[in-house]
Amino acid sequence: MTTTRTTEILSEVARGDVDSAVLPDRLVALCAQALPVTGVGMVLMTDAGPAGMVAASDGAAATLEELQFTLGEGPCVDCSTSGRPVLVPHLAVVGGAQWPAFTPGALGADVAAVFAFPLQVGGIRLGVLDLHRDVTGPLAAPDLAEALAFADAATTVLLHLQAHAPAGTAVAVLEDRTEVHQATGMVSAQAGVDLASALLLLRARAFATERPVVDLARDVLSRLVRFDDEA
Amino acid sequence: MSGPQRLAEVFVELADTLVDEFDVVDFLQVLTERAVELLGADAAGLMLADQRGGLRLMTSTTQRAGSLEAFEIQSSEGPCMDCFATGAPVVNVDLAGAGERWPAFTAAAAEQGYGAAHALPLRLRGHVVGAMNLFTDAAVRLGEEDVAVGQSMADIATIGLLQQRSLREQTVLSEQLQGALTSRVLVEQAKGVLAERAGVDVGEAFALMRSHARRRGTTLTSIATAVVEGSLDARELAPS
Repeated sequence: MTTTRTTEILSEVARGDVDSAVLPDRLVALCAQALPVTGVGMVLMTDAGPAGMVAASDGAAATLEELQFTLGEGPCVDCSTSGRPVLVPHLAVVGGAQWPAFTPGALGADVAAVFAFPLQVGGIRLGVLDLHRDVTGPLAAPDLAEALAFADAATTVLLHLQAHAPAGTAVAVLEDRTEVHQATGMVSAQAGVDLASALLLLRARAFATERPVVDLARDVLSRLVRFDDEA
Repeated sequence: MSGPQRLAEVFVELADTLVDEFDVVDFLQVLTERAVELLGADAAGLMLADQRGGLRLMTSTTQRAGSLEAFEIQSSEGPCMDCFATGAPVVNVDLAGAGERWPAFTAAAAEQGYGAAHALPLRLRGHVVGAMNLFTDAAVRLGEEDVAVGQSMADIATIGLLQQRSLREQTVLSEQLQGALTSRVLVEQAKGVLAERAGVDVGEAFALMRSHARRRGTTLTSIATAVVEGSLDARELAPS
């Protein structure tokens, strides 16, 4: 999950001695600048639907979120439910059939194309990064790669915000390691917490004991380390 | 290694999985297991393009092979990486003699006890969307026919990834690949939850979820979701 580009984005976003709260604002601004889009929004999602805006680079991003929150439908909602990107290069053409209530409002806000990327780690559903622009057409392959790198960075930022950790540690990026995912599940069952909290527990203990997360994860899987009653 | 009869059976089995209640994680897992069987390999795994220019581990038949593949991705070196970069098969790699070409990978493979490796591309028109790896403990070679069977399996994997959607645009491909990777992580997390609840190891946990999905005629991903959300009791999955 971690690529060099993601790491670059994170260090840019966390540059200087910053308050964690501004990380999402910086991330959406940087994303809107780096890509051929008009605006970018970062939305929190729960199983019940949109749970609030974390950051918006422009008014249209805020309008899109408002619409989806009110109507309970739209690309962001589908993206969160399915766990995959929802790429809508021609909203006027396909939107009406898929999202009859959302589409007219979005078009009215001068949104011609929407690209929504899930901010998820398997069953850990954090939110959606929502890119939009006032011209139609798909994102080119390199832009898509860039957008996905921003989505990875945004996922890390959201995990980090949940942890209330100091700003500098936002750069401790999540690795896509099978052992870590499996151990997350075990810790979740041991400590009686959800997956997101379980991952935080793992990362926090690895940080505190100065070990790589993947090493700790292996010990959890071999049942050398347990996380009972941590919650 | 593989009689034509068994080969035909496997292709029919895979084609059958490609209908309605289709689950990409389960499908690719079955596919790699059958590749091991048909080609007389000791392990197989699949890596998929993450659309950011890299590869991510999608499935492997053993934890041992999974570790090696994860190492390969991390060190950006090995047969699979070359296969992905060029779109051409890299087969019959005798690991004893590959130290110069891939020093880090060869050392890691020896540590895991593998003697030979093969990588076959998952190709779609101009794109390479991933690669299938095969490992054998002994340094045995695959014959031409075996390589052809292996490539057919890789092609079926590609078809499975794109199932239900015609590939009109690059965007559809990205959606499918990202969705597959998300499902895979969810299944890994569910293995951990169930391993803890049922007091089994992660391999057994996977077998339990899979047989439960089969019995209930539902998808592996929906079972994994239920395990993670706690709506499916471990006792239902692990009849003692």
